Amino acid sequence: MAQAVVATTEHGAVAPADAHGTHATNTGVSNAKLGIWLFLSSEALFFGAFIATYFLYRGRDAQFLKGPKPSDMFNIPFTSVTSFILLMSSLTMVLALAAIQRGDHRQLRVWLLATALFGLTFIGGQLFEFTEFYRGGLKLSTNMFGTTFFVLTGIHGAHVTMGIVWLLVLWGRSSGGHLPQAKSEAVEIAGLYWHFVDIVWIFIFTAIYLIPQH
Amino acid sequence: MTTVEDAHALVLAPERRIRILERPRRTTGVWSWFTTVDHKKIGILYGSTAILFFMAGGIEALFIRLQLARPNGTVLSAARYNEFFTMHGTTMVFLLGMPIAAAIGNYFVPLMIGARDVAFPRLNMLGYWIFLFGGLFLYSSFFLGGAPDGGWFGYAPLTSTPLSQGFLPGRGPDFWAVGLIMLGIGSVATAVNFLVTILNMRAPGMTMMRLPVFVWMMLVVAFLTLFAMPSVTAALIQVFMDRNFHTNFFNAAAGGDPLMYQHLFWIFGHPEVYILILPGMGIVSEILPVFSRKPLFGYAIVVFSGIAIGFLGWGVWAHHMFASGLGPVAVSAFSLSTMLIAIPTGVKIFNWLGTVWGGQVRLATPMLFALGFIAQFTIGGLSGVMHSIVPSDTQQTDTYFVVAHFHYVLFGGLVFAVFGGLHYWHPKIFGRMLNERIGKTTFWLMVIGFNLTFFPMHFLGFEGQPRRTYTYPKGMGWDTLNLLSTIGAFIIAVSVLTYLVNVIYTTKRGPIASRDPWDARTLEWSTPSPPPEYNFLHTPIVTHRDEWWHRKYTEDDEGRLVRLPAGAAVAMDEPADEPDADAHGIHMPSPSYWPMVFALALPTLGYGFVFKNWWILAAGATLGLFAISALAIEPPTEPEPEPAQRELVAATGEVH
Repeated sequence: MAQAVVATTEHGAVAPADAHGTHATNTGVSNAKLGIWLFLSSEALFFGAFIATYFLYRGRDAQFLKGPKPSDMFNIPFTSVTSFILLMSSLTMVLALAAIQRGDHRQLRVWLLATALFGLTFIGGQLFEFTEFYRGGLKLSTNMFGTTFFVLTGIHGAHVTMGIVWLLVLWGRSSGGHLPQAKSEAVEIAGLYWHFVDIVWIFIFTAIYLIPQH
Repeated sequence: MTTVEDAHALVLAPERRIRILERPRRTTGVWSWFTTVDHKKIGILYGSTAILFFMAGGIEALFIRLQLARPNGTVLSAARYNEFFTMHGTTMVFLLGMPIAAAIGNYFVPLMIGARDVAFPRLNMLGYWIFLFGGLFLYSSFFLGGAPDGGWFGYAPLTSTPLSQGFLPGRGPDFWAVGLIMLGIGSVATAVNFLVTILNMRAPGMTMMRLPVFVWMMLVVAFLTLFAMPSVTAALIQVFMDRNFHTNFFNAAAGGDPLMYQHLFWIFGHPEVYILILPGMGIVSEILPVFSRKPLFGYAIVVFSGIAIGFLGWGVWAHHMFASGLGPVAVSAFSLSTMLIAIPTGVKIFNWLGTVWGGQVRLATPMLFALGFIAQFTIGGLSGVMHSIVPSDTQQTDTYFVVAHFHYVLFGGLVFAVFGGLHYWHPKIFGRMLNERIGKTTFWLMVIGFNLTFFPMHFLGFEGQPRRTYTYPKGMGWDTLNLLSTIGAFIIAVSVLTYLVNVIYTTKRGPIASRDPWDARTLEWSTPSPPPEYNFLHTPIVTHRDEWWHRKYTEDDEGRLVRLPAGAAVAMDEPADEPDADAHGIHMPSPSYWPMVFALALPTLGYGFVFKNWWILAAGATLGLFAISALAIEPPTEPEPEPAQRELVAATGEVH
C-alpha cells in the first residue's frame, strides 16, 4: 500500500524504499505524480478554452480594436523581459529539484526563493502593464480585446500567484527541516505545475504579443 | 528495548506539537463522519447527501407537475416556475447524477480492484465537502435574493447581461455560475482520484482486462469529467465576468458572440450526458451476470463500446444547437456523428440481452431494475436517434418531446440503474438484506409512475407544447395528457418513499446479510458485510476476470459448473472469525479536519463574489490558504505507534 507507507524521517535519515509510493503502483509512476499530470491535462483544456475565445474574437476587427489599439499600447521590450524572467524561473526550478535530489538543502532553499522571486517579478510586470493599459483607456468593457486580454492574462497571473505561494510553502517546510531528501517528489510536483504555467505563457505571449494585430 | 516510560513519552510526543486542531483519531462515532478518509464512509456520505438532493429536486418536479396539471395553473408564479425548473435540472445533473455515481464508485471501486483505499483519501473527502457545500450554496440562493432561473444550461446573453439591465433581475445567475464552478472543482478532484486509483492501485493480477465493467465505466467517466469540466468552467467565468464586471464575451452589441457560449457549454454538456449514463451502464453490467448466473456476454466488446462512447461523445455536442443556424455543413457532420454514437450504445444493449439469454434468471429486485433500465434506456436511445435527423430535431426542439427523450435516458436509464445498484449493494454496505417485497413494490411503482409521467410527453411534444413555459391555455388538447403525467409524477414520489421505508425498516428488522448473499462474481463480495476499514486482510491475488466466482466454482469435463468445497473460496481471507488478528499490521490513512475546512473556504469565496464583498472574499482566501497549507503539511498517515506504545494505548485506551 503506497498510501500506508510514509516517510517519517527528517533530514539525513533513510526513508523506507517506497516512501515515494512508486514501487507499489501498477504503472510505476507514483500516485502523486500521475495525479498532477492528470490535473495539468485538465488545466491545459481550461487555458485552451480562453485562448480559443481570444482567437475567435481576434479576427472581428471592428469590435476587437474599437478604441485604443493594442499595438499602440504594447511595450514589447518590457513584456519580453518579464517573460524571459518567467522562463528563467523554470531553470531555477530545475536547479531546486536537482539540489534536493542530491541532498543539498541550502541550495534547495536558495533556488526555491529565486524561482518565487522571478515569478513575483513577472507578476509585478503584469500589474504594471495592466495599470498602464487602464490609464491608456483600455478597460474590460472597452472592446473585445480588453475583454479577452485581461481575462486570459489575468487567469494566467492567478495561476502564477498560486505557484508562488506553493513555492514559498515548500521553502518554509524546508527551512523548518520538514522536507527531507526522501520527499524530493514534493518539489518535483510543484515543479511540474510551475513549468506548465510557464509553457502556457509561451502560448499566450505568442498569441497576444507576437502575432501582428493588423 | 523500549521501556514503559519511553513509550509514554512517545504517546505524549504529539501533544507537545502546537496544533490549532489536534489531529482527529477516532474512527467511530458521529464526529468521525466529519473527519473520515475511509472511502466507504465517504461513499455513504455521498450517497445519502445525493438522495437528499434527489428529494429536493423531486419536490421541485412535483410542483412543476402540479402547476401543469391543469391549463392556466396557478400553483406557481412564472418567476417561481423558472426557478423550479432551473433548480430541478441543476440538482438532478450536478447534485444527484454525478455524486450518486461518485458514491457507488467510492464505495466499490477500491473493493472491486482489491485495494484498501483510494489513491488520495483526503482529496476524496475534500471532493465530498465541496459537493455538499456547493449544493447548499446553490440552495441558499432561495433565501438570498432569488434562485437561479435561467435554465440548467444557462444560455447567454440571458444569464450574462448585467444585473442593472438584466433580463433576470435576481442574483440567481450569479449563484448558478459560482456554484457550478465550485462543484466543477470538486468533480475534477474526484475524477483525478478515481483515475489514479484505477490506474495505479489494482491488486496483483488485476489487469485492465480483468477489471469489472463498472470500474471501466468509472475510468471512462473520470476522463470525461477531467476534460469536460474546464470548458464549462471557462464559460461560467465568462458569464460571471459579463454580468458583474462588464466584459463583453456574450454581448452581441459590443461584438461578443452568444453562440460561443452554446459551444463552450455543450462541449461540456454532451460528454456530461455520458458522465451521467456510463456509471449506470456499468452498474447494469454488474447486476445482469450475477442474476443470470452467466458471465457478461462479450466483456471486451462492452468495455470497448464504453470507451468508444467516451471518444465519440466529444464529437456530437452541436446536435444540441441544430436550431441555432450553424449552417448545413456543420449540421450534417454533427448529424452523422450523432448517428454513429448509437452504434456502440446499441452494441451494449445486445450484449446485455445476450447475457440474460439462456441464463438461470432470478428476478430479484436489482435484476428487475436492471431489466427496466434496458427497456427504458432503449426507448430513450431511439428517440435520441430521432434527434440526430436535423429536420425532425428542428421540429422537436424546445418541445416536451425532448423532455420525454432525456428523462427516458436519465430517469429510465440512470435512476433505474442506480436503484438497481442500491438494492444490489445494500447488503454489502449495511450488512442487512432489504425487504424483497417492498423492493418489488418500489420497482413496479417506479415503472408505472415513470412511464405514466414521461410517455405522454412524447405526444405533448408532437402536439407542440413548449418546454420551460409555466402554463398553457385551455383548448390546446394537452389537458388529459398533462394530468396523466402529473399523476405519474406522484406515483414516482410514492415509489421513492417506499425505498426509504425499506431502508429504515430493514435497519433493525432486515435479515443479517452474509458476505455473498447473491452468489456474485466480483471481489467486493469476498469481504465481510460490511467490509472492515482495511477492506482486505491480505491483498487478493487475482487470476481471473470475475475472480470471486472462480474462487467458488469450477467446471467439470463437460463444462458444467461445479461448486468448489466450502471454505476453499474464502481460505485466503477470513478476518470475520478472528477479528483484528492481523489487522494491527495494516496502517490506514489518518482522519483529518482540513478537507472540511478547505471546502468551507469555497462557498465563503462564492458569497464574496456574488455579493462583491471584499471582506468576505478576503476571509475566504485566508481560510483557503490556511487550510490548504495545513493539508500540505499534515502527513496523510500519522506515524504508526511503536508496539510497546500500542500496548500502552490499549491499556489506557487513549488513542483509540
